[in-house]
Amino acid sequence: MLIFEHSRPGRRNYSQSPATAASTAKIPQNLLRKSPVLLPEVSEMDTVRHYTRLSQKNFSIDTEFYPLGSCTMKYNPRACNSLAMLPQFLSRHPLAPEDTGQGFLACMYELQETLKAVTGMAGVSLTPMAGAQGELIGVMMIRAYHEARGDFTRTEIIVPDAAHGTNPATAVMCGFKVVEIATDKEGNVDLAALKAAVGPQTAGLMLTNPSTLGVFEKNVAEMSRVVHQAGGLLYYDGANLNAVLGKVKPGDMGFDVIHINLHKTFSTPHGGGGPGSAPVGVAERLLPFMPIPIVAKEGDTYHWITEKEKPQSIGRLSAHMGNAGVLLRAYIYIRLLGMHGMHRISEFATLNANYLMAELSKAGFEIAYPTRRASHEFIVTLKDIKDKTGVTAMNLAKRLLDKGYHAPTTYFPMLVPECLLIEPAETESKETLDAFVKSMKEILQEIELQPDLVKGAPHTMPVRKLDDVKAARELDLTWKPSA
Amino acid sequence: MPFIPHTEEDIAEMLASIGAKTIEELFDEIPKELVSGELTGVPPGLSEMEISRLMMERATTDGFYQNFIGAGAYEHHIPAAVWQITTRGEFYSSYTPYQAEASQGTLQLLYEYQTMMASLTGMDVSNASMYDGATALAEAALMAVRSHKSSRRILIPKTVHPVYRQVVRAIVSNQKIEVVELPFNSQSGQVDPGSLAEFANEEFAALVIPQPNFFGVLEQVDALTDWAHSKNSFAIGVVNPTALALLTPPGEWGSKGADIAVGEGQSLGIPLSSGGPYFGFMACKNDLVRQMPGRIIGRTTDLDNKPGFVLTLQAREQHIRRSKATSNICTNQGLMVTAATIFMSLLGPEGLRRVAAQSHANTLELVEQLETINGVKRAFSGPVFHEAALTLSAPVAEVLSKLKQKGILGGLDLQGHYPELGNALLVCATETKTTNDLQNYAEALKHALG
Repeated sequence: MLIFEHSRPGRRNYSQSPATAASTAKIPQNLLRKSPVLLPEVSEMDTVRHYTRLSQKNFSIDTEFYPLGSCTMKYNPRACNSLAMLPQFLSRHPLAPEDTGQGFLACMYELQETLKAVTGMAGVSLTPMAGAQGELIGVMMIRAYHEARGDFTRTEIIVPDAAHGTNPATAVMCGFKVVEIATDKEGNVDLAALKAAVGPQTAGLMLTNPSTLGVFEKNVAEMSRVVHQAGGLLYYDGANLNAVLGKVKPGDMGFDVIHINLHKTFSTPHGGGGPGSAPVGVAERLLPFMPIPIVAKEGDTYHWITEKEKPQSIGRLSAHMGNAGVLLRAYIYIRLLGMHGMHRISEFATLNANYLMAELSKAGFEIAYPTRRASHEFIVTLKDIKDKTGVTAMNLAKRLLDKGYHAPTTYFPMLVPECLLIEPAETESKETLDAFVKSMKEILQEIELQPDLVKGAPHTMPVRKLDDVKAARELDLTWKPSA
Repeated sequence: MPFIPHTEEDIAEMLASIGAKTIEELFDEIPKELVSGELTGVPPGLSEMEISRLMMERATTDGFYQNFIGAGAYEHHIPAAVWQITTRGEFYSSYTPYQAEASQGTLQLLYEYQTMMASLTGMDVSNASMYDGATALAEAALMAVRSHKSSRRILIPKTVHPVYRQVVRAIVSNQKIEVVELPFNSQSGQVDPGSLAEFANEEFAALVIPQPNFFGVLEQVDALTDWAHSKNSFAIGVVNPTALALLTPPGEWGSKGADIAVGEGQSLGIPLSSGGPYFGFMACKNDLVRQMPGRIIGRTTDLDNKPGFVLTLQAREQHIRRSKATSNICTNQGLMVTAATIFMSLLGPEGLRRVAAQSHANTLELVEQLETINGVKRAFSGPVFHEAALTLSAPVAEVLSKLKQKGILGGLDLQGHYPELGNALLVCATETKTTNDLQNYAEALKHALG
């Protein structure tokens, strides 16, 4: 039932809005609204019940194991939420003077400094509001760098075929042409193809390392040399930073610009699809082009660096300073973990992934890159199973929902057929991983004995398999009272 | 080990299963020369008690003020239920609803949100939100250029939020789209529809129309929308969602209605929190839906013909279309929209209308009181919603500094963005201010100028 279907004309929550209806006589008649607003008229209790019930129709980290590859679904500590929601932080207006926000700014400054330290970059700006915006800002800086040198011939961005879809989409949004390069059998970028692709037209290369195939790009130093020699810059997509935090720094790998998904590595909540936050880090030569604002410290006081101090900045990419509340949560998380905790993130994420890979392999699942170490994630391919039984990766994913597990990422990366990208994250216990393996084994048996049970999954969710084609063909995007 | 459950025994068993001696060995594919060793520059970990104390100290340093700043972020009462429900783990810690059957809660909520926003804006459809108001406007400009096909120019009045204009320019210039700025009438603080005559022979993909504008002034939206359509340009409304409870929605502007409506959703239950996270909203006419960026939720049926909700029109999006996507965006501001949807449900149509009307009335009352002070004048003659520009007889920065000493954040100094206005101050009094608060402000200002 929709909230609108609970609505009764004239029902109101009297405590939550002004007691009287103030006059609007000073607003010209022709500007006043004549049509009704379709908001529900429901009591507070009905609202609370309705949305509590809706929440219960979700899988979440707080309720289920969520081995969603490439998304780093780790536990979101409660302290990060409650301390970021202290009333003074919540009530602070973004345009309030800097001297009324020194406590907040101190957190932001220390966050910037810590992110610099763990990534090996020379500068960090906290403004990007999501991974894709971090990418956009990063690629804009690459463009600004070339243009500031009077080099207008660099029109191409190179992207491996295994990359996230945001990489090519971002390059195009920045006005670049995308050149895709292939992956070799071992899961590395094809070095020969890269060498053939670079030239005076190359603005840069966007790379995720460890890659979306769940393996470390061994030739990264050589790739960096090739791209730099051609005059291009190296972009690090920080989507998989969780796998190498404290082990290797993007700055040391030769990257000129990076984004860090705080909603992955630094455990800010995914919130059902946002808000994210993706600070960008840059090497020395890109410092002048960083987006504003940035927090600076002089003596004991903090202030925002604006266009006045950074005239070559690519500018502002949000109305204020980015997703401040998300940044606070990441800051609190970092302080709770400290230096040793940072190291442990990648260590236990990698331990969990390699353990799960070993156990699933023993259970009879085919690993896409069996000769490689898993990073914090790995790929299982169901190609053989599909050929023999007709059961697809999507069928298995849906069956996992019935067993009480969120599905792994399916059909990404696209170059591995019938793939499941599995990322357990460091916060899961061995018992959880073992129970997951047990369920995966059960499904393997079901595929053999009752394939239709798997093909028809899910069976225990609030709805059965939904018709996507109908949704796109007969668009129903808003509720209508007559319906 | 914070947030890591492994016992020594677990680690040993897991390594044995993998066939490795140490955890370190699992990183043996990283070339030795790249390994960074122990991190420096990261402080040691704190306990929850220690970090709580630190954060409370910092929050206390920042303190509380009587806030009269608006300028795109507005203080409104947020019912307690909003964030108590929003931060339930099932909303807070779930991912993007790609697995629809396991995400019906978020998906249905977003469908309800889309319905509410489409109605508020008077549009046919809404997406599931954008990063913020400024980027929503930039995306609307890109959407207009994609749909227009012949012009790559956007006309934006200088009465649009100055930072929004900066953000639009930063984003659209990547695609060689030109932003042309339209001056405003210095008496009324509005765009003068007559001033558009100078552009009679120029082509634009879209005209941006703010309502209310950055000065709080109400624009003559009907004439502006009709002008855009007479030139075959799209009309993009940038609107305040609270104001829409009172004002004609963009979908009903002029004879045909605006084509796209965007804005900042913060005033719908999102705390000010130093500027984010907020959410941007975007709604449009049916014929533009395939050019709309961002997530869109549709209602469909399952195998048993039961209604359910899915992400739809994904063929527009980057994870399917890669370099041919309508935008690189792959997220919405899910949790913020969760709060906004609960907020709108709790207020209902009459509650939201009262919040809007009371904010309007409080601002008028404040301005009336301030105008009686020697050296204070209204900057513009145009009608306002819940914000107004004043000119002062003294430099605004000095005045604000004196007000701050009395615990009042007196508004935004317009000097930085509009030096031509002289000593100009933008003030806002929402429904959160009492008569007493307004009198206090007036007394403090009188004192500061005296």
